[in-house]
Amino acid sequence: MIGAILFCSLVLLNLSILATIYRLIKGPSAPDRIQALDVLGIQLISGVAIFSVLLRNTAFFEVILLVGILSFIGTIAYARYIERGVVIERKQSD
Amino acid sequence: MNVNNQIELLAVFLILIGTIFTFLSAIGLIRLPDVYTRSHAASKSTTMGVLFTLVGTFVFFIVEGYFSIRLFLGIFFVFLTAPVASHVIVRSAYRSKVALTKESIQDDLREMLEKEKNGE
Repeated sequence: MIGAILFCSLVLLNLSILATIYRLIKGPSAPDRIQALDVLGIQLISGVAIFSVLLRNTAFFEVILLVGILSFIGTIAYARYIERGVVIERKQSD
Repeated sequence: MNVNNQIELLAVFLILIGTIFTFLSAIGLIRLPDVYTRSHAASKSTTMGVLFTLVGTFVFFIVEGYFSIRLFLGIFFVFLTAPVASHVIVRSAYRSKVALTKESIQDDLREMLEKEKNGE
């Protein structure tokens, strides 16, 4: 029973990842693609959580935390690059 | 033992609900016409879905007898950062002049930005 429900959720998650990859390839502008990458990272976290339940293994929780942090930092960096043209701003005086 | 089985089933149903939320948000990500409207699907329901999934995992492993502070930290972090990331993306999209869709009838932010620019 539990395995069947987890399998159903993995199938749904795979379908949504495919939809997000479609938006990532098709997306007309650059913010569309960044948004799709952000959603892809979140869906990856969800998939890792489902796999850790399916395998009854607690070793994947670091992966959840790390993918969350890296996806957030990458999204912020891309957004700053699109908005200002640079990622890290330096002071002009020195 | 029977109660534990029922709580595990509840946790797995939480995971299923979260995945359904994620699937609906992916449909919104395909169907909606614009980066601004798409950000609704991308931020709100995706955050809700991953939150349900992670809480289901948390409850499942509590029943197993393993309280993971790392997973709790992950839930907290995702819940904190996913809306912020979506907000930053939409802000950068508007500042880099991505066009609104044709169906949109009102743009209040443009008037505010022009007024600000003229005031300086």
